[in-house]
Amino acid sequence: MIRFKVNGKEETFDGDPDMPLLWYLRDVAQLTGTKFGCGMALCGACTVHQNGAAIRSCVTAMNSVGGTEITTIEGIAPIHPVQKAWMEIRVPQCGYCQTGQIMQAIAFLKDNKNPSDQDIDTAMSGNLCRCGTYQRIRAAIHQAAKETA
Amino acid sequence: MKIIENVSLHVSRRGFLNGALASGVFVLSARFIPEPLWAAEGETVAAAFDPSLWMSIASDGTVTVVAHRSEMGCGSRTALPLVVADELDADWSKVKIDQAVGDPKYGDQDTDGSHSVRSSFDLMRQVGATGRVMLISAAATQWNVSPKDCTTEPHFVVHRASSRKLGYGELAAAAAKLPIPKKEDVPLPLKKRSEWRYIGKDSNTLFDLPEMVTGKAIFGMDATRPGMVYASVEHPPVLGQKIKSYDDKAALKVPGVQKTLTIDTFKPPHQFQPLGGVAVIADNTWAAFKGRKGLKVEWESSPHAVYNSAPFRKTLEATSRQPGKVVRNVGDVDAAFAKGGKIIEAEYYTPHLAHVSMEPPVAVAEYRDGKVMAWAPTQNPQAVQETIAGVLGIKKEDVTCHVTLLGGGFGRKSKPDQVAEAAVLSKQLGKPVKVVWSREDDIHCDFFHSVAAMYMKAAIGPDGKPTAWLQRTVYPPIGSTFDVSATYALDEMGLGWNNLPFDIPNHRAENGPADFHVRIGWLRSVANIYHAFAIHSFADELAKAANKDSVQYLLDLIGPARIVPLEYKEEDADEKQRYPLDTARLRRVVEIAAEKSGWGKTSTGKGRGMGIAAHRSFLTYVATVVEVEVDSKGQVHIPNVWTALDAGTVVSPDNVRNQFEGAAVFGTSLALFGEITATNGVIDQSNFNNYQLARMNRAPRHVDVHIVESEAPPAGVGEPGVPPFAPALYNAVFAATGKRVRELPLSKTKLV
Repeated sequence: MIRFKVNGKEETFDGDPDMPLLWYLRDVAQLTGTKFGCGMALCGACTVHQNGAAIRSCVTAMNSVGGTEITTIEGIAPIHPVQKAWMEIRVPQCGYCQTGQIMQAIAFLKDNKNPSDQDIDTAMSGNLCRCGTYQRIRAAIHQAAKETA
Repeated sequence: MKIIENVSLHVSRRGFLNGALASGVFVLSARFIPEPLWAAEGETVAAAFDPSLWMSIASDGTVTVVAHRSEMGCGSRTALPLVVADELDADWSKVKIDQAVGDPKYGDQDTDGSHSVRSSFDLMRQVGATGRVMLISAAATQWNVSPKDCTTEPHFVVHRASSRKLGYGELAAAAAKLPIPKKEDVPLPLKKRSEWRYIGKDSNTLFDLPEMVTGKAIFGMDATRPGMVYASVEHPPVLGQKIKSYDDKAALKVPGVQKTLTIDTFKPPHQFQPLGGVAVIADNTWAAFKGRKGLKVEWESSPHAVYNSAPFRKTLEATSRQPGKVVRNVGDVDAAFAKGGKIIEAEYYTPHLAHVSMEPPVAVAEYRDGKVMAWAPTQNPQAVQETIAGVLGIKKEDVTCHVTLLGGGFGRKSKPDQVAEAAVLSKQLGKPVKVVWSREDDIHCDFFHSVAAMYMKAAIGPDGKPTAWLQRTVYPPIGSTFDVSATYALDEMGLGWNNLPFDIPNHRAENGPADFHVRIGWLRSVANIYHAFAIHSFADELAKAANKDSVQYLLDLIGPARIVPLEYKEEDADEKQRYPLDTARLRRVVEIAAEKSGWGKTSTGKGRGMGIAAHRSFLTYVATVVEVEVDSKGQVHIPNVWTALDAGTVVSPDNVRNQFEGAAVFGTSLALFGEITATNGVIDQSNFNNYQLARMNRAPRHVDVHIVESEAPPAGVGEPGVPPFAPALYNAVFAATGKRVRELPLSKTKLV
């Protein structure tokens, strides 16, 4: 039995320990804000926080989740300055990758309060956006950084 | 396991109607829809009266507008209701959007070809204006005044003389009892452009924006049904293969795997039918994926196993050197070439591309009592109805397709093969099935953007301008998806090939034949990608051969302001009338893009350069200047992109800017990295490690989008930013390095 927390709630899991956290969240816990994009940690659509750090849930097996605290996009409340900036800059097109982008950005801004363009590029280049909203993502991160500073 | 019924976004039509009537609402119907707007689809003209078709107002003032086009990131789902709201003079904060199911009564619902706003703009205005007339009429009756003395402000009818006003919600019940005015009886008072509150303004945002940033937005990947099982399908590695035998013992041992089922391989032509294969049915997606790894399938042979990209390229190129089918002829190129002058020839090559929308193909289907309900991220719900009906042998009216949000589409999701898979499996299992494609499934089994070879030849006169221009293009056509004997292109010719806007006395455009070996389909801007790449690379080559500035040469090629005489098909009468190819508009975007970029004011060469290309597609005029820096390792960086566009009337300018910013990134992906190849009929690429997309650190650092103010009818915005990007980038690489590269992607060529 694996014990862990999701968005502050105690959870247990006794299924296939190889199951990636992504599919636990989506198919078992019905937290569908975390997206499937590649299954190989290549696109970042599945980004969640484990003990506050951004991880790719598609390659994080349930047997490595025990004793940790998972936060998904549904657990970000109240509305975060990053989400607010995302709305003000009107970042999304299709929106599918954006929850992963936002989770990556929130974790990044915790460590870097005043990022340069270069810092943002480095932190965000693991997150793909096929619609191509990178310019707005960068602008939104700068704006959120200002707001949280 | 907890199952949430996913219905919040997708109220059924019946439920909507009942709910609407119960709350004393006013609904607008198809009856007043002017026939010409519907005439394109024969059966829609005879569509049955359905009072819930477009719009309703509840007694609390909530306006619900039906979006009949899909949202895949282009903004159609917001833009069309916004037009209704503007003409209705509604308060946008009180407007809700109800996504239409697939139904011919809405006319064409295929969200592709960048035409959602173009083909529905007038209709949506009339829907809103009719509602406004009826609300005014209801208020005037109540006040016993003339409707002429009444006006509206957002969500209220106002009688200024007596300072009275009534809210739309208060008027809804009375308005609902009024006859719907017929267009021929009362000319609808459409707003003047200056009176628009939302159209052309930046005050509105995407309707789904708050849900998108909080994870509440429901995509196809998020659809669920009570009692649903999950399926992952092992498809034939080569198109058309059938199962010879399979062993599922190891698959069935995987925890959570329930059983395996087979899906028949299609009978040609493949159209949008399932590819066939072995489906692993499981309790969750992961178990289905894991179970598949335990499958051992032997496949029969397929004639498409001969497909190898390198020799196929040679075949295409050889064909491109031979005379082809003439698709446009002006003057006499042969006579002009015979006169001599400076002759320049060049060949261009572009590989297959895959769509790789961030959400892979996915769908939920539920077969019950001979009927199917589907929930799918589809660009074309009516194609879902037709495809499932065809595969299961039921009537398409017995297929209901609910449209979720799409996690990207780019043309892939106009083909609903995965939805049909879910329906086939649900019928066999007697329960709802969700089919989830892995990224590997998506890339191996796409409807690929076609591989293409282009041959170009021009004769240059003493003034440097071409006296003759011959262009020949060869590729497996999209028509092969519908007709296995199709080897020549059809509609692709209009995508930047039979409508060259250049002022050249002798011009011939040709198309040569090619066989298909994979499924060929539309990808964002389609054939414009390879056509624009060849035409605008070649234009730049001629500029350099003539020792002219690239921008000035491009303007000289376009020539004086004029309407370019083109041949139009009968069904394109609207395009001929309202969207003639106007070189003044093309010249203007070139001039603006050049000016914004500071063209000619900065030095180029030594690893730094700018390039330009201008291409009209989906009736929108676009010019793009790309700036590149090529570092000492030969890696290309893109500090700046300037795009100018004239898309006629624009509904949501900020969304249009977002589309063109994104098009520059999409263009970067295909120009720098995009290449799908096949070996013995099997696709070589599988995921984002070997089919790379531009990431933030390789994407253009800054994209400046300039929208030309225009009162012309609305044109496309989703696709037209893509075609000029790759040639502008390559022309910039030439300016920076002196290397003329004639094939996509750039990663195949060493620049230093």
